[in-house]
Amino acid sequence: MNQSDFLKMVSPFKDKVFRLAKRLLISREEAEDATQELLFKLWKSKEKISDYNNIEAFAMTMTKNYCYDRLKSKQASNLTLVHTNYKEKETPLDKKVEDQDSVNLVHTLIESLPLQQKIIIQLRDIEQYDFDEICKMVAMKPVAVRVTLSRARKTIREALIKKHNYGVS
Amino acid sequence: MELANIEKLVEKYLNAETTLQDEKTLRTYFKEAIVPTHLQEYAYLFSYFANTKDETFSQTIKLESKKSKKSTVKWLSIAASILLLFGIFIGEQAYKRHQAKKQFEQISKGLRLLSLNLKKGEVAVSSLYGYENTVKKIIK
Repeated sequence: MNQSDFLKMVSPFKDKVFRLAKRLLISREEAEDATQELLFKLWKSKEKISDYNNIEAFAMTMTKNYCYDRLKSKQASNLTLVHTNYKEKETPLDKKVEDQDSVNLVHTLIESLPLQQKIIIQLRDIEQYDFDEICKMVAMKPVAVRVTLSRARKTIREALIKKHNYGVS
Repeated sequence: MELANIEKLVEKYLNAETTLQDEKTLRTYFKEAIVPTHLQEYAYLFSYFANTKDETFSQTIKLESKKSKKSTVKWLSIAASILLLFGIFIGEQAYKRHQAKKQFEQISKGLRLLSLNLKKGEVAVSSLYGYENTVKKIIK
């Protein structure tokens, strides 16, 4: 496998890796570093990769584990503290400000979820993976995945309703 | 799609019982239809999901062995610690040499003093011989 083959192979899921990393590590810079690192790791183990029949799922699992490690290391915990107030820079401007506020609120709400719920909502609602694939990626039973997902969705919805009823709008 | 169906789907969605197909239906509904107020929060939710999916990894992928900041720091710290060890080693040697020199000087000073005093003694003793000779002469 040469470089261009490899790049072709990873291009369908490199954005997904990046988005998952960003979801977990919060800051864009951290996520970019993590993605580079992960793709580089994949490239180095390219001989072994051909044995896996689902490279994308493998890459997502790797991303999850890598981000867990980063979060565990002291260095990264300092970083997350710094970036808790992080806001998305590239917000599309063509939306109404009020709507944009509520949409941004979803981002903050997901950020405050437990790690596992974050991962699963990212994989399901944003990347739209099959339940079977998610089970493989996070090494969990289907029932557990569904329960976690349901919990995450309900938490976000309730918080949104609360905001809608008692908030500024 | 009619509202009753959407409400059912939304309920299933909250319980994580929807299929990918169902979720696609919900996404298109909340994107295109005029959403009734009691479902407004889902519109925010799905519009956030859609926005987020547009984000891409824009950096070029580096496959050559790259030197990240972290590894530079690692190597720097290794180099610094080696330098420190080396410095301690050299310093200790220099200190030992200095110490030995000091000791040598002290000892030689002591010895010089000793030999000086011995010489004095010798002179004194040799004068004693003089007295002895005189004494002998007198006795004879």
